[in-house]
Amino acid sequence: MEASYQNLLEVADLSVAFRQGSRETLAVDRVSFEIKKGETVALVGESGSGKSVTALSVLKLLPYPSARHPSGSIRFKGQELLGLPEDKIRHVRGNDITIIFQEPMTSLNPLHTIEKQIGEILLLHQGLTGEAARARTLELLTQVGIPEAETRLASYPHQLSGGQRQRVMIAMALANEPDLLIADEPTTALDVTVQAQILSLLKELQKRLGMAMLFITHDLGIVRKLADTVCVMKEGKIVERGPVEQVFTAPEHPYTRALLAAEPKPDPAPINADAPVVVETKDLKVWFPIKRGVMRRVVGHIKAVDGVSIAVRQGETLGIVGESGSGKTTLGLAILRLVSSNGPIVFLGSTIAGLTFRQMRPFRLHMQIVFQDPYGSLSPRMSVSDIIEEGLWVHHPKLTRAQREERVVQALRDVGLDPDTRFRYPHEFSGGQRQRIAVARAIVLEPTFVMLDEPTSALDMLIQAQIVELLRALQKRRNLTYMFISHDLRVVAALASRLVVMRHGKVVEEGAAAELFARPRSDYTRALLAAAFNLETAPVGVVAQ
Amino acid sequence: MDDRTTITVPETTAQTPMGLGVLPERHRLAISPLNRRRWQSFKANRRGYVAFWIFMVLFVISLFAEFIANDKPFYVSFEGKSYFPAVVTYPETAFGGDFETAADYRDPYLQKLIAEKGGYMLWPPVRYSYNTHNLDLPTPAPSKPTWLLTEEQCKSVAERKGVSGCSDLEYNWLGTDDQGRDVVARLIYGFRLSVLFGLALTIISSVIGVAAGAVQGYFGGWTDLLFQRFIEIWTSIPSLYLLLIISSVLVPGFFVLLGILLLFSWVSLVGLVRAEFLRGRNFEYIQAARALGVSNRTIMFRHLLPNAMVATMTFLPFILSSSVMTLTALDFLGFGLPPGSPSLGEMLSQAKANIQAPWLGISGFLTVATMLSLLIFIGEAVRDAFDPRKTFG
Repeated sequence: MEASYQNLLEVADLSVAFRQGSRETLAVDRVSFEIKKGETVALVGESGSGKSVTALSVLKLLPYPSARHPSGSIRFKGQELLGLPEDKIRHVRGNDITIIFQEPMTSLNPLHTIEKQIGEILLLHQGLTGEAARARTLELLTQVGIPEAETRLASYPHQLSGGQRQRVMIAMALANEPDLLIADEPTTALDVTVQAQILSLLKELQKRLGMAMLFITHDLGIVRKLADTVCVMKEGKIVERGPVEQVFTAPEHPYTRALLAAEPKPDPAPINADAPVVVETKDLKVWFPIKRGVMRRVVGHIKAVDGVSIAVRQGETLGIVGESGSGKTTLGLAILRLVSSNGPIVFLGSTIAGLTFRQMRPFRLHMQIVFQDPYGSLSPRMSVSDIIEEGLWVHHPKLTRAQREERVVQALRDVGLDPDTRFRYPHEFSGGQRQRIAVARAIVLEPTFVMLDEPTSALDMLIQAQIVELLRALQKRRNLTYMFISHDLRVVAALASRLVVMRHGKVVEEGAAAELFARPRSDYTRALLAAAFNLETAPVGVVAQ
Repeated sequence: MDDRTTITVPETTAQTPMGLGVLPERHRLAISPLNRRRWQSFKANRRGYVAFWIFMVLFVISLFAEFIANDKPFYVSFEGKSYFPAVVTYPETAFGGDFETAADYRDPYLQKLIAEKGGYMLWPPVRYSYNTHNLDLPTPAPSKPTWLLTEEQCKSVAERKGVSGCSDLEYNWLGTDDQGRDVVARLIYGFRLSVLFGLALTIISSVIGVAAGAVQGYFGGWTDLLFQRFIEIWTSIPSLYLLLIISSVLVPGFFVLLGILLLFSWVSLVGLVRAEFLRGRNFEYIQAARALGVSNRTIMFRHLLPNAMVATMTFLPFILSSSVMTLTALDFLGFGLPPGSPSLGEMLSQAKANIQAPWLGISGFLTVATMLSLLIFIGEAVRDAFDPRKTFG
């Protein structure tokens, strides 16, 4: 029996169709691949390419019966999984094949302790209880690199950081020593520094336990680092398949070539020391009070931004980088006066700190913001045209209908969208197109200064590069001043002329971007660089775990 | 590891991660696909859909109550001229009578006057209004439905009117109440009054409740805190006793009663709308609107209110039925509408006082029960229609 199979997992001719009402869409179209014991196979593609659906059908985790398989077979250890009844598949699931998900925030039950959640799996599949279960849980937590595992047993998920939660998820996946681990974009929701840690952990565990891994990602950097074989997926089909070296050095399919060329190229706006200062802050502070007791006495402060002084000159891009929680987004919101702050803010020569919302309105014409999440930042109940012209209503109430329309059309052209689509609703657009709409909303007012709050981190690699190119072109054409907030130094490198590195609300290092990339002075900056460009981890203590 | 709960939506359809919050509502004149889908799932609830049409038909009919049950004809032709007594009040002298008072068309004397001049009258199917006292009752009020009377009981009235028997009398299809007023007419007018009162109360209290909830949720902080405490104190006042006290001081009429009930009913939607606004005000598109300099009022109306309306719409039919119920209960206790008003509650209390006249109790009960059941069925269908899992599943 044992010897009767060659490959651990064989997926042949697999198709997945989803039925919605009377319509049926083919999400995966005759996909074939196999995974050998101990091998890592990566499925790469943009969102909607069917890579997650392929992986989920291995475990039969799709929403049946609205999903169905028109063709194909999935053989695990020589056993056909597709026709297997639910109780048999449950034995495979969580025992032989386990899965970790993208979102560590929602994959753990917030009401149970770590010990209970891991213990449950041990009880279910191995019947371990009491001391034995506790010992095994401790062993697993130590294995995934959680420090002081003993004290962490009684923790609840919210007491752990995102990286630690993902480690707990991995511990749960490893509890039964599976033969195959499916990792569905396990690091997409994490910071680059934490991503590097999780990836190296996965790699090390795989080597130690000899398990195979099916890794789903849109990031080619990860593939190069981690995988043995890569399958490139596009529109439900595998367009190219082969060993990583071969695919990366000699890509055959045009789509693979496009993906490989997608990394944004560094070409930042030049630094001009004589240009007028657009925004300047001195010792800016945003402290959130911590209140305790019946009288809500202020017992301390969370210092989100703690004494930051920056200056942005006309036509340049100031990059703000740091891990999550370093206060970079709060700094951006404070400068736009969307959160209250202490300390002077000078915008185009006027002090804007302390102005009321109404007094701020004339300045808002010149300062705009593009948010991180293109799904959340557009009102779902307004058409694209309504969304873009909302600012015009506020700042140019005298425009005629035709003039407003003209400016909306122009803004859409500028961001590379077909103006005829302006009466559609945001949900009809892809993530990248939505982000273009958000950019159009910002530039339709012809602002001087645009705050870009992680505008690319929710997007696929290919789309990221396109948005970066768009932002660069707009900056050149309109002489815009950007403040670019990101944790991803690869994107920052493409745009930023100068850099400010933040940690715990303070500036760690600042200077010209080229200089800083070439010769980082602090360990923290070095760690960020290594994580972003080489997916390498830093020594303990330099960055958050 | 419970994998099942974490994935329900495949990647290809994951364009709407926030479910209900992210689909479009409407586009200028066209019905948006979402609303069309809501209408479909409203229709899919057969019981609610049928109830909706029955209710609408009954309501529209009752709106024209004056043309169905009235003690005035809706058309009189007299000396070649046309009169519309159901809409316009004419003095008796207009038809050759003696007094300047309003004409009583049920008066045999007036009927004779008109007939003599070759005029004719077109009567509604029921020749009684809600406040018409039938002066020719065969038995003491409350009188049985005419079709249940024996020829013997009819005899004296029949003789007086010069007709042969029961079947030639003006019918009281469901009998009369204890003041000799026709039950059918009172039911039709009572239904209209209850629904109109319920609708008015529901709409006004929803507007106030939504506005209050919106302000609390949007501004948060101290505004929210003070408002919440105020509402807690306000709702802990025993409203029924206060209603009884107030209605014994003020002369209760339609609008006084509406005002008094409004004092307490607006609270019902506040919590719901407040929660929606609290959730919504941190959405990034709200931040984006603030960054554009859009005013608070515009943000609340244009961006946040549509989100809160879904929850509000779902609640409306239930608020409507509870408003109707409150009015009926107050009338039943005798603290409601002024005496003489066509009120269902009053009919029920008459039924309680006159157990020997079951037609009062049965008709009153059936009307109230039908109306409330219809409203509840409609409410269930509306709830289905706005259910995001049904709409998007």
